[in-house]
Parts: sequence; structure tokens; C-alpha cells
Amino acid sequence: MGENMIDIYIMGEHHRVPDSLTILQALEYAGYRLIRGVGCRGGFCGACATVYRIAGDYRLKFALACQTKVEPNMQLAMIPYFPAHQPRYRLSELKGTAQEVLNIYPEMLTCYGCNTCTKSCPQEIDVLGYVSAIIRGDIPLAADISFDCIMCGLCVSRCPAELVKHHAALLCRRIYGKFLAPRSEHLKQRIQEVKTGKFTAAIAELKNMPPEELKKVYANRDIEPEE
Amino acid sequence: MAYPSPLNELATRVAQTRPERLKQSFPRLNAEEKNKLLHEYHPDYRTDTFSTLRVGPNAGDRTPRELAILLEGESLLKETSLSINQPDYDCDVLVIGGGGAGCAAALIADDLGAKVIVATKLRLGDANTMMAQGGIQAADKDNDSPALHYLDVLGGGHFANTPELVETLVTDAPEAIQWLEDLGVMFDKNPDGSMKTIHGGGTSRKRMHTARDYTGAEIMRTLRDELKSRPQITVLEFSPAIELLTDSNGTVTGAVLLNLNLSGNALSPNYHYTIVRAKTVVIATGGSGRLHYQGFPTSNHYGATGDGLVLAYRAGARLAFIDTMQYHPTGVAYPQQIIGQLVTEKVRSLGAQLLNVDGQQFIFPLETRDVVASAIIRECQKGKGVVTPGNISGVWLDTPMIEILRGPGTVKRELPAMVRQFARFGIELDKEPILVYPTLHYQNGGVAIDPDCRTNVPFLFVAGEASGGVHGRNRLMGNSLLDVIVFGRRAGNAAAQTARTRTANLELTLKHLEKWDQELQKNNLAPVTKSPLILPDYTKKEV
Ligand SMILES: Cc1cc2nc3c(=O)[nH]c(=O)nc-3n(C[C@H](O)[C@H](O)[C@H](O)COP(=O)(O)OP(=O)(O)OC[C@H]3O[C@@H](n4cnc5c(N)ncnc54)[C@H](O)[C@@H]3O)c2cc1C
Ligand code: SF4
Ligand code: SF4
Ligand code: FES
Repeated sequence: MGENMIDIYIMGEHHRVPDSLTILQALEYAGYRLIRGVGCRGGFCGACATVYRIAGDYRLKFALACQTKVEPNMQLAMIPYFPAHQPRYRLSELKGTAQEVLNIYPEMLTCYGCNTCTKSCPQEIDVLGYVSAIIRGDIPLAADISFDCIMCGLCVSRCPAELVKHHAALLCRRIYGKFLAPRSEHLKQRIQEVKTGKFTAAIAELKNMPPEELKKVYANRDIEPEE
Repeated sequence: MAYPSPLNELATRVAQTRPERLKQSFPRLNAEEKNKLLHEYHPDYRTDTFSTLRVGPNAGDRTPRELAILLEGESLLKETSLSINQPDYDCDVLVIGGGGAGCAAALIADDLGAKVIVATKLRLGDANTMMAQGGIQAADKDNDSPALHYLDVLGGGHFANTPELVETLVTDAPEAIQWLEDLGVMFDKNPDGSMKTIHGGGTSRKRMHTARDYTGAEIMRTLRDELKSRPQITVLEFSPAIELLTDSNGTVTGAVLLNLNLSGNALSPNYHYTIVRAKTVVIATGGSGRLHYQGFPTSNHYGATGDGLVLAYRAGARLAFIDTMQYHPTGVAYPQQIIGQLVTEKVRSLGAQLLNVDGQQFIFPLETRDVVASAIIRECQKGKGVVTPGNISGVWLDTPMIEILRGPGTVKRELPAMVRQFARFGIELDKEPILVYPTLHYQNGGVAIDPDCRTNVPFLFVAGEASGGVHGRNRLMGNSLLDVIVFGRRAGNAAAQTARTRTANLELTLKHLEKWDQELQKNNLAPVTKSPLILPDYTKKEV
């Protein structure tokens, strides 16, 4: 493959790297052995939050290092740890009301509505949208909008009101999952059935079956159609 | 179109064969055809890339060379003058690994009143569990039963699985789902509360529960949040275990952790160790994809280097099924920057087909993973693959087909993570097919356990991907997240109960290492390396 080398600056230090790399790969290419600032390498864990600017442009940009290609004259730094306030609560002791979220995170009410958070989110989440939903007490909506949050904290790093909204959103999702989402009757029923031993005999029969017979049963099992 | 020129033209062939494929349903293979395909093309059946272990409880067994070197390695503690008599921490249950299995074990042990410490290599929750997209199985629908689930698991595992473990997996499953719901996990549901479920490769019923395509992330962030809400649990991050501690009888009494933050480069001479004395130890260190067996790319987390296997093996634990790895059929083959990352099986569950360079189907897309992976490797070896600018071969996965089969908007709604992943590189999943090739995904085997996660080493428990036996020679999608929760909980329970039977006055030694060294010497083995590996090294100037 034709390697096009470009100049980048890692915490001020100059390096030449192939332009096909992600920021994470470029750091490693430059010789960094990463301990913090890397996790899944796949855009799922939020460990690799990175801040950068391009020489000549005053604007700060934010990205996941594992998901973003390097650009010429990138000046970058990782944010391997961002101190974020995280109150302790026990979900099992909550009732699942919107007021509880605001009791635990009262500062949510101080949002300026500047929308900087939305602009900084690498997951393209409508962050202000879920912050507003929390303020309005709409937990299902906050849970829904924030669902794809990978907890990278980039929206926190830029918030002039210093809100740790991703943690508040996580609380909303947990409240929704436990208290507000409708429960499955079939799940409850199946747990009862297992407890009363409804399937014990059927499983024992399979367990004791000679291998050749078991293979036949498997090959002939009926398969639920797609639609 | 974001594809460069030759790929672009090839992609149009895919669009051309679409109307014809809409009418076609590719036949499933029979048992004989599957066997033949596996033997000819599956990486597990190669001989040149395997070694036979020469020492330890599994001497005589074959395993990929990369793992054999580590299993036969020598301790990082050799030639250090570490004083282990003064523990930094004391606990009932030490959980090694902060992924799904580790967190589940810690929570249950804590519920039982045990003093719990979780030691993990990177941040809590930085784990394969976080990356699981596809879903979690449980037979809780009316048309389904744990017995059908049992049959599917065994068939998927080529009937080699340990039956008792499978039975435990499928019968504990509904309760595992309920436990997660009670912790606040948001499963996809219908308005009446019934679970939305889909098929996975090898399932006879739609029993895959999902949380969009962030199922593992949703489970992991919930478990992590719950763990953090319990201040009585001590969490030691950036603290990988590098050796177990034992007493003179060879039973486990704790572990030595390495403080990565303070030790800097793992090769630096100035190690900072932490000694934990524990009545019971649960190993939940996950898989080993980052060992890149046979040079494969991997879908795995950065820390998935098989450390738990090395620690347990040296302490005398027997391993099971370490000659079989799972190569997920659909890893990204293009773009270069995300090679090896996972394209979740859900994409095929939703109807995407696999096509060769001519735009023709060559395999039923929902055969078990090993079969599909073998078929893709065959297609590429026959020259029917699509060669990318990075000079690797792949096949098409026709994602726009999903929109035709299930209605416009389905791709964006059901696969937000995938859409985002590809959009970052200019590829629109709902309009363009993508290129895939098998990626190293899962360690089918691991430390042999019983249904309570006990190993043959007293007071040592193992749960999750680090254990072996549940999945036999091949795991079905959605059974790993389930395994992690079911056996994580069981390990926590058994470890906490067992800890009650032990005094706090435990002896801390490294005598098992002396024994290990003697065995190496007896067999005239000079270890190739020290182990565990802890982190892969990508600093080499290779791209
Ligand atoms: C991309 C991807 C997608 C997947 N999709 C699915 C799916 O849809 N459904 C499904 O069922 N399964 C899926 N799987 C498989 C499943 O996610 C994993 O097998 C499972 O989550 C493993 O959980 P675990 O707790 O055993 O290990 P992990 O979640 O990997 O956790 C292991 C933990 O141990 C830590 N650790 C490692 N070594 C040490 C050490 N020496 N000391 C201390 N800590 C250590 C690691 O840092 C990590 O925190 C997927 C896997 C991947 C990689
Ligand atoms: S909402 Fe905030 S924490 Fe979540 S992904 Fe977006 S920027 Fe990161
Ligand atoms: S950045 Fe902070 S203050 Fe601005 S809209 Fe977002 S939450 Fe509100
Ligand atoms: S390393 Fe996990 S999001 Fe980048």
C-alpha cells in the first residue's frame, strides 16, 4: 500500500506517521506503549478520549483516538482520566421517580442550554436533548436519547456548567430498565417453570441419549421461521 | 460511494444480483458437508500452527503455538526479591478481572456479606463484555424451552460440551435475565413487556435478547455502576494479577498484582507490586484474542491476552478445549483502520447475505460460526474473494438487503453502532455492502470447571471466557454473555460460601513456582518468554 507520511504532534513532540492510521495507531507507531487511554480499540468503551487542534486553526476538536484518522499537522493530547463527580446511590433503595434523579444530580438544573455538549459527542448523541429531558422529568426520553452513550466524558470536559450528564443519564437508563419498562410475563412464568422442575426430565433425556441419537434429534429439530 | 475504484465496480455487481437473490434461499449444509468444510478450511484443523504442551496438567495436549509459549513460560517474579509475607490487602474473595463475569461474581459475593476485592488490568469494565453487540440468549418465550436451548448449545459445540455445564447454563438463563433487569438493564421489548428476540447462528428459536446493538455495553455499564455504588467493595484498577499465591499444600491463598500506573513500562525493572491475601480467588480474566493466533486480526479488547489461563495453569489447574478458538466469520476487512473489528452476527440475523466476488451466495448465512468462517476462507482461497487495497481478501456482506427485507430505516434503527462505525470512514451501511473476513473472536476453551465454577485447585474458581467446557468446540452467539452472567453469579456465590470455611490465617508462598521450575528443568525446557503477557505490544513500526 502506498504510505503517505504526514506530520503530527503528540503533546507537542513532532512525529511522522502514515496517514492511513487512526490516532491510536499513530501513537503506537510513534512508540507509545499505551496503558491508559486505550480500551476496546473499537469505539465502545470511551477510554481513548482525545483532544486536538489543527495547526493554524484555533478551534479545539474532540475525538475517540481509536475511531479517528490522523490529519496533517494535528496537535493532539489524550485525556486518559477526567475526574468526574459520581454520587453513590443504591438503585434498590430508589422508587424510580424523576425527582430522585434531580435529588442525586441537583446541578442538572444549572444547564445554560449552550449545546456545546452535543457538538463534542463522538457518538452524535443529542446530549442537550437528554439533559433537557432530565430537567423536564422525562426519564424514558432521557434513557432513549442517551442509550448509545459510551461514557467517554467528552461532553463533560467542555460543559461550562460542569455537569456530569452522562452519569445522570446512566441513572435514568437504570431507573427505566428496573422501574418503568413493562415487565415480561413470559419471563416470570419461565422462571417459575424452571423452579418447579418442568424441564428436568426433558433435559435429562437429552443428557442420557446415545451420541448418535442426539445428533439425529439435533439434525431434525424444527427451526422457527424468520418471519 | 466511499469505495475506491476497483471495489466500487465490484460492489455494483452485488446490487445487480440482489433481485435474483431476493427469490433465492441458500440451502443449509448437512452434517457431512459441514464436517468436510471444517476439516478442509477451519484454522483449528491446521497442524503447522499448533504445539503440543510438554509440562503441566495438560502435557500432551495441543494448543495454538502462541498460547503454548506463554503457558510454558516462566514467572515474571523469577529473580525478583519480592517479599510476600506482608499482604497489602486481606479479603474473603479476590476477583481477578473486571469484565462481566468478574463484576457479576463480585456483586453476588458482596450480597452474601463477603469482603470482596476486584483487581483488574485496565479500567473497571474495559473488557470484551463491553464490546458485545449481538445479544444474550435465554429460552424464556412460550414456543421455546431450556431443553431446546440445551440441544442447540450441544449441536453448536459439536456435542463435545460438558453436559452439566450446558444444563446449568440453560436452566439458570431466565433468572440471569431477570437479575440484569432488576439492576436496570434496558432490554428491547414490545409495548406489552414481552422481549423482542431474534435468531442467531445455530439457534432453533428466536431467543436472542438485545439492547439495540449495545447489548454488552448496556450490561457492562450497569454492572459497573452497581459495583461502584457499593463502597465496601475495593476496586483496584490498572492492577493485573501476575501470579497466584499458594500455601505449602498447593491451595490458592491470594495473588500478586502489578501496579501498571506506577510500574510504567512492563519491562522496566522498577515494578510496583500489590499483595492480596484471599480465602478464595475467582479468575475472570476473559479471552486471549490479542495473542493473534495464526496471525489473525482480532475483535478482542486490548487486555485479552489469556493471563488467567497462565496463572491457573502454573498453579496446577487443568485446562479444557484449548485446541479450539472461535474465528468470527464477519470481521471488518475494509477499511484498513478497523480491520478485525466485529461486524455483529445480528447483521446476518436481520437478513444480510454473504457473497463472493461475483455477487453470488456461497453459504447459508446463519450456519454456526465455524462453518460460515470456513466457507469464507474457502471462497477467498479459491480466488473468489474480493481483494482490498490493503491486499487482503474478503467477501461481501450485503447489508442493503436488510432494508429491502425489513423495510427502509431498519439498518439505522437496529444497528446504530455498526452504522456509526462505518460512517466514520464514509461507508453507508444501508446503501452499500461491506467487506468482511474471519477475525479471531473467542477462546472456546479455558480452565476446566464444575457447575459451581470450581477448578481442580482448591479455593480457585474460574468464570466466563477464561473457563472451558460450556461451549464445547464452538460457541453460539449470545451464549457467552449468558455464560458470563450465569457462571459469574455462581462463582461469586460458591467463592463466598467457601471462604466461610477457611481461616484468615493463610500462608502466602510461591512454592508452586518452584515446582513449576523443577518441571521445566526435568523436561529440559528453557522458557521462550516470561508470562503472563499483560498487554500486547503494538509499538513496532508496522502497519
Ligand atoms: C467484539 C465482541 C463482540 C461480542 N459479541 C457477543 C455477543 O453479541 N453475545 C455474546 O454472548 N458474546 C459476545 N462476545 C463474547 C463476550 O462478550 C465475551 O466472551 C464475554 O463478555 C467475556 O466476559 P468475561 O467477563 O469472561 O471477560 P471480559 O469481559 O473480557 O473481562 C475480562 C477482564 O479481565 C481483565 N483482565 C485480563 N487479564 C487480567 C489480569 N491478569 N489481571 C486482572 N485483570 C485482568 C480484563 O482487563 C477485563 O477487564 C463478543 C466479544 C467481542 C470481543
Ligand atoms: S454523551 Fe457525553 S459521555 Fe456519552 S458518548 Fe457523548 S460525549 Fe461521551
Ligand atoms: S454543555 Fe453543559 S451547559 Fe451547555 S448545554 Fe450541554 S449540559 Fe448544558
Ligand atoms: S479504545 Fe474504546 S472507544 Fe476507543
